[in-house]
Amino acid sequence: MANGAVAEAVNPAAAVGVTRRRDAWWVQPLVVFLALSGFVVYATWAAFQGKNYRYTGGGANYLSPFYSPELVGNPHYSWFGGRPGWWPGWLVFSPALLILPFPAFFRLTCYYYRGAYYKAFWADPPSCTVKEPRSHYRGESAFPLILQNVHRYFLYIAILFIADLAYDAWTSYWFINPSTGQAHVGMGIGSLVLTINVLLLAGYTFGCHSMRHLCGGRINKLSECPMRSRIYGCVSSLNSRHMAWAWPSLVFVAFSDLYVRLCCMGVLTDWRIF
Amino acid sequence: MSSTATFKIWRGDANGGEFRDYQARVDEGMVVLDAVHQIQAEQAPDMAVRWNCKAGKCGSCSSEINGMPKLMCMTRLSDLPLDQPVTVEPMHTFPIIKDLVTDVAWNYRAKKMIKPFSPRPPDAPDGTWRVAQADIERIQEFRKCIECFLCQNVCHVLREHHLEDKFIGPRLLTFTAALEMHPVDIEDRLYDLRKLDGIGYCNITKCCTKVCPEEIHITDNAIIPLKERVVDRFFDPVTRLMRAITGDGKK
Repeated sequence: MANGAVAEAVNPAAAVGVTRRRDAWWVQPLVVFLALSGFVVYATWAAFQGKNYRYTGGGANYLSPFYSPELVGNPHYSWFGGRPGWWPGWLVFSPALLILPFPAFFRLTCYYYRGAYYKAFWADPPSCTVKEPRSHYRGESAFPLILQNVHRYFLYIAILFIADLAYDAWTSYWFINPSTGQAHVGMGIGSLVLTINVLLLAGYTFGCHSMRHLCGGRINKLSECPMRSRIYGCVSSLNSRHMAWAWPSLVFVAFSDLYVRLCCMGVLTDWRIF
Repeated sequence: MSSTATFKIWRGDANGGEFRDYQARVDEGMVVLDAVHQIQAEQAPDMAVRWNCKAGKCGSCSSEINGMPKLMCMTRLSDLPLDQPVTVEPMHTFPIIKDLVTDVAWNYRAKKMIKPFSPRPPDAPDGTWRVAQADIERIQEFRKCIECFLCQNVCHVLREHHLEDKFIGPRLLTFTAALEMHPVDIEDRLYDLRKLDGIGYCNITKCCTKVCPEEIHITDNAIIPLKERVVDRFFDPVTRLMRAITGDGKK
């Protein structure tokens, strides 16, 4: 098709960012840019701390979600003991460095976040009907963005993380009596924080587009699979609000780490409800 | 009580043109198409504008109003800031014919390249099929499309990068989804989706969904499910292995 005729005729020398839109189209990509950048900065800082990630004061057992599961680290709690011999000497030892890449890639390859950060970070496009800065475009049809198609594999890992974080939330309701050494049920603010955290992350993970596809979207005659049809309906319901799950879960997982960290540092006191 | 508003309407053809200012009376309940008709009747009888139903169902009066792709007949003046001129211009993506009218024929030519509906053998001796309501409901949403091509117009792959030879755009991906997800259809379009239709070019900006006057969830319900099916076929070795073992074809 003889293309560009209208664009060239109507707006022959449109510069980057030019649009006739009257609304504040730049607000949304700016907010996304600031929020994602802020999260990345905080998460990177927290991951490289390597300490103050498990709060055991008052018999509690709160583990920061950035460090869960604690594969290596404190030999008393971790799955595989202390600092492994193969850990590079030049790299700060932190258990979070083994954990965070997986949820990070899950979010990085998420269909919702892709659309959001393509706009906010690459201006590709800056917003709908706003002039782009570059003329060459390959989208997700070629390297490197074709690698976004691995999203479902990070989903599988993310589901394991949900199970692990659910276990962490469960253990946060058990407190050790320092005099007897016996565990008893209790509830602290940290218990609620870790519970809300895993619920938000589960809502985000189980509403994933790949999840929706794998649990039933790929089948055209779902009525022949009643159980999958019901699961597909539930996942679709979550998926329709995927963005609404994505942001609170992102903010709250950082808040959960911050809460545990501040408790460990003695800045906050974990208030026991019972 | 009437008031007046200024409309900056693009006038011209493929050789160029300009925005011209027109004053129009504004009454309660008016839409942009009413104002354009008033201007055409009283001030600019040679102004070209395509319209038909005035009810948001024919998809003829697609344009860009204050920079956003919209149907003129469904854009109420009461929703626009009339203290400033209202800009009305043709869709940018398609070749212009005159004034507000563009040539959208490419969409129909591209549509012909999509493999048509291919039903399985009839279920009953009378040549009919048995389809569960639940199975057909998923694609009913796509049948609401009025082919206004606002989604094609706003898609930056077509609008900015002019990749019509590589990418069929959101409207035709939705059309393909309606066929590919049909419980009676047995055609396989996944190779075409990747290699010919260029589904990989979509980077999920959701602009198509935002401008759809029928509020079809183009990205979430059509394009992403198709992307996932393409992943099944071309990028997921586990799914490929399972399909090879179970012989699971199109269900």
